[in-house]
Amino acid sequence: MRDLSLHVLDLIQNSLEAGASWVHLEILLDSQADTLTIRISDNGRGMDEAMVKQVRDPFVTTRTTRRVGLGLPLVDMSASHCNGYLDIFSTPGQGTVITAVYQESHLDRPPLGDLTATIQTLVVTNPELDFQFDYRKNQRHFHLSTRELQQALDGVSFSQPEVLQWLNEYLRENLQEKEK
Amino acid sequence: MKTVEDLKKLKEKLQAQKLNHSDEGVQIIVGMGTCGIAAGAREVLKAVMDEITKRNLQQISVRQTGCIGMCEKEVLVDVVKPGEPRITYGRVTPDRVVQILVEHVVNGRIVEELVVGKIES
Repeated sequence: MRDLSLHVLDLIQNSLEAGASWVHLEILLDSQADTLTIRISDNGRGMDEAMVKQVRDPFVTTRTTRRVGLGLPLVDMSASHCNGYLDIFSTPGQGTVITAVYQESHLDRPPLGDLTATIQTLVVTNPELDFQFDYRKNQRHFHLSTRELQQALDGVSFSQPEVLQWLNEYLRENLQEKEK
Repeated sequence: MKTVEDLKKLKEKLQAQKLNHSDEGVQIIVGMGTCGIAAGAREVLKAVMDEITKRNLQQISVRQTGCIGMCEKEVLVDVVKPGEPRITYGRVTPDRVVQILVEHVVNGRIVEELVVGKIES
């Protein structure tokens, strides 16, 4: 099964497809509670109650190119296999909050994976998106906001080679994980 | 330790260097639907970003798109050079995207064997 950082990338695609201009990603590790929580909030078009009920079904999808949508079903399955759950809260016209909780120490819990690559991808390929990221591991807290970075860059693109390199190192330093 | 202050210094350096600010850059668009991600789109994108850094390639805009339906041909990468038709490459891997960057983007030679046709829809 794929790692959690890829699921994060995948689920945020949903937010973008829903027309979100703001996405807040939270990754919270709580050793005491033995939980790993991934929460993705967006201001996209949202889903009505009927859709929220159906959306864990892999054969339910809003895309027109295929009749299968695996993003949410895969997370639903992997979370419930780890004593966890997937919660979907949405208000049409306002946005959606996806919360996936895993038992951190569960043997089947997918590794977090290359979070640096995921965050870097999200930041670089979506310059218009107001992307907020909070990573909390017990007492440690790392916060990133693309708005803040863009203010510092004052018009210089994220795709510039030196900026790419800075971003890569900045993320790697702050997300350094001794993960399996 | 990298800080946001470093970014500000970088900005000053880069703004001083920029002679012509033109929006006419090359666009590289990577498919990031579930199919694309499962096929390794993130690693392909990483290879693109690494190559840009390594070769100091300027004026390249890296973007993503959703699933366009050719899931079996993922990872799909579009290259759009100003004034030229959009070329779609399929079954792209991190190694192949480096080849595409060097041959097509830098040297102007389309990598024929990796090109896929567009689906009529």
